[in-house]
Amino acid sequence: MKVIATYNIKGGVGKTTAAVNLSYLAAQDGLRTLLWDLDPQAAATYMFRVRARVKGGGQALIRGTRGLDQAIKGTDFDRLDLLPGDFTYRNMDLLLDGAKHRARRLSRLLSPLAGHYDLVVLDCPPSISLVSENVLHAAGLILVPLIPTTLSLRTLDQLTDFVASFDGPRPEVLAFFSMVDRRKRLHREIAERLPTQRADVAAAAIPALAVIERMAVERAPVPAFAPRSQAARSYQDLWAEVGKRVLG
Amino acid sequence: MEARSHEFEIADPGPPPLGRIRDELAVAFTVNGDWRAKRIRRIWLDTFDWRLYRAGLTLQYVVGSGPGELVLTGGGGQQLTARARQARWPCPPGGLPPGPLRDRVAAVAGLRALLPRVSVVSQVSELRLLNEDEKTVARIAVDAMRLPAPQGATIAARLAVAEVRGYPAAARRAGRILTGAGGVAPSRQTALDAALSAAGQRAADYTGKVVVPLLPAMPGAEAVSAILLQQLDALEANVDGVLHDIDTEFLHDLRVAVRRTRTALKLLGHVLPGELTLRFASEFRWLGDTTTPLRDLDVQLLSLPPMAARLVAASPDDLQPLAAYLTRRRAAERRKLSQALRSARFDAMVGDWRKALLVPRAAGHASGPRAAELATDRTRRAHTRVLRLGSAITASSPAESLHTLRKRCKELRYVLEFFTSLHDPLLYAAVLADLKRLQDCLGEFQDSEVQSAEIQSVAAAMLARQAAPASTLLAMGELAAQLGTRQRAARSEFADRFAQFSGGAGRHRMAALTAGDHG
Repeated sequence: MKVIATYNIKGGVGKTTAAVNLSYLAAQDGLRTLLWDLDPQAAATYMFRVRARVKGGGQALIRGTRGLDQAIKGTDFDRLDLLPGDFTYRNMDLLLDGAKHRARRLSRLLSPLAGHYDLVVLDCPPSISLVSENVLHAAGLILVPLIPTTLSLRTLDQLTDFVASFDGPRPEVLAFFSMVDRRKRLHREIAERLPTQRADVAAAAIPALAVIERMAVERAPVPAFAPRSQAARSYQDLWAEVGKRVLG
Repeated sequence: MEARSHEFEIADPGPPPLGRIRDELAVAFTVNGDWRAKRIRRIWLDTFDWRLYRAGLTLQYVVGSGPGELVLTGGGGQQLTARARQARWPCPPGGLPPGPLRDRVAAVAGLRALLPRVSVVSQVSELRLLNEDEKTVARIAVDAMRLPAPQGATIAARLAVAEVRGYPAAARRAGRILTGAGGVAPSRQTALDAALSAAGQRAADYTGKVVVPLLPAMPGAEAVSAILLQQLDALEANVDGVLHDIDTEFLHDLRVAVRRTRTALKLLGHVLPGELTLRFASEFRWLGDTTTPLRDLDVQLLSLPPMAARLVAASPDDLQPLAAYLTRRRAAERRKLSQALRSARFDAMVGDWRKALLVPRAAGHASGPRAAELATDRTRRAHTRVLRLGSAITASSPAESLHTLRKRCKELRYVLEFFTSLHDPLLYAAVLADLKRLQDCLGEFQDSEVQSAEIQSVAAAMLARQAAPASTLLAMGELAAQLGTRQRAARSEFADRFAQFSGGAGRHRMAALTAGDHG
């Protein structure tokens, strides 16, 4: 079972849309896929039309009184399941702080699912916290959506340095440009130049397109409701790169 | 992850009433659009002796327009799925994609390969049921199956209501609506049974066990002929699997059928026409001897991985040259056995044997002992022989005396099995369990000795051919030591095991079993 996570300290950069679309494409590719919506805002959960509620809340999951498998919901799509978001996840830091092996608790909770899923995608809330530290330990690949600005690259470097300080296994970090506005020269320049200069930046980029915003209206992944759109093609290109890195 | 599917049959023959089904469901659910049709091919897989079916499992390989998928369904309708892109059948359980599906199949199938048992072409029409959030909460699939050309027979349409994980109530409700409206009923047989029935087959039509329904008062000759005919059926059923090397258990079962036949000829052959026993005993001995070298190599190759895992000083990799050597020898022995099984001698032997066995059955053989008398007499004699031989074995007895006792125990086991249908089931199970404990000990003792001798002989041969580095020979020495330890442990356990078998409780059970056979 491979685990990937979409992560950025900033919100509104395309983490959830990437997690939803990549999960969908992985399942379409035949992988038994689980998306865990760790964000208390539960946007990914909403997009799959699942109610944002976990019986017993985050407390039951983190303490292990309720196994993750009991909270999983099937989506409308073959091979794609969802572990819904819940507003109580806002307290997840506190819950993790009180748990044994506090920085690796999520990894331990996921381990019984090995064999049942080929891929787990963690959609992480925007923060630097114990939750994000857990996610970084649980995942083999961290996908970092970046808006193409100079400052956002600093964030990537900070994250890479942080991951490099880990004892034991360290996740691979792969950034991709998100919400790329082709009308802006800076966006175009950075999005074209960086992937050729840095191995940790994906060649595929996700443009800023209205069809991606429509996901919240359609409540479905882009390739499901607009399979021939530019956005769907961009996510497919990104999945091709991510899948190659994760699955070999 | 596991999801459950509820299966129904559509009573009306002809095209499935898709419109009516949709209308009935639309009363309680939002129905997403109209039926979506797809064409798939289903191949049901099982072992030759139907281990999955007997365990209440069905395994399908489903191929449509996308990647192939394996679907394992349990008795409660729970399903496990796994992708299988490049599937080739037969396939050992270890060849399935890793994951819980493979684990569960392997636990049941053991050493046996998965074979395609029947296949159908399906026209599947699917419908999704939605909740108030327009979320899919159940999937309906109507499956119109037919056998592939040239048979082409159609099979009564089936309807499945598949739960979506986390929404089990919706599927149950849909099932209630459909059955309440009539025309749809919970399925009485599985899709596999329906497909097999259309193909003129039935599940579980082979077992390695002795299954011969006998009556106490039937002539003994008729009973013995029936027993021998079933063994001949079993023998012939396994020939193709041996020739195509599908899995090692085909040869195992073939050899068991040969041994049972030889035992029946030896212990029960007196009720058959005299010339039969004389003529065929030597032929079955030839067949048994012909199969021994390949079976010995199978046993060695199968026991190599667990023994390699227990190596202390050597590494499992050191045994690679041994595995390669045994595999080459196995290929040569397989060719020899294939020639024997394709020979005119083998054809004549099984053909003449079947003809000969059908004669006394037709004639009825009213004279001679009845089946129950024969069972009692021969079981008692075989039991007495085991008790006499075993009682004479002391700590200083040679290994050969235990080997002889093992043979007599096998004969007793086979005689018990031949007359299973005449015995009280509970008493029979208890007697067999007593005997099995003794047999396990004797088997461990002899198998360890045979394997140890074989390893020493192989080591000498490999050394002579310079086919093994020193590390391999040292590892083989460790294997021989492991076997020596096992053999000594079995030897030291023998006295207790035999005392349990021959003690008052065991004798009492055997006496009760044979006393009731005249029933």
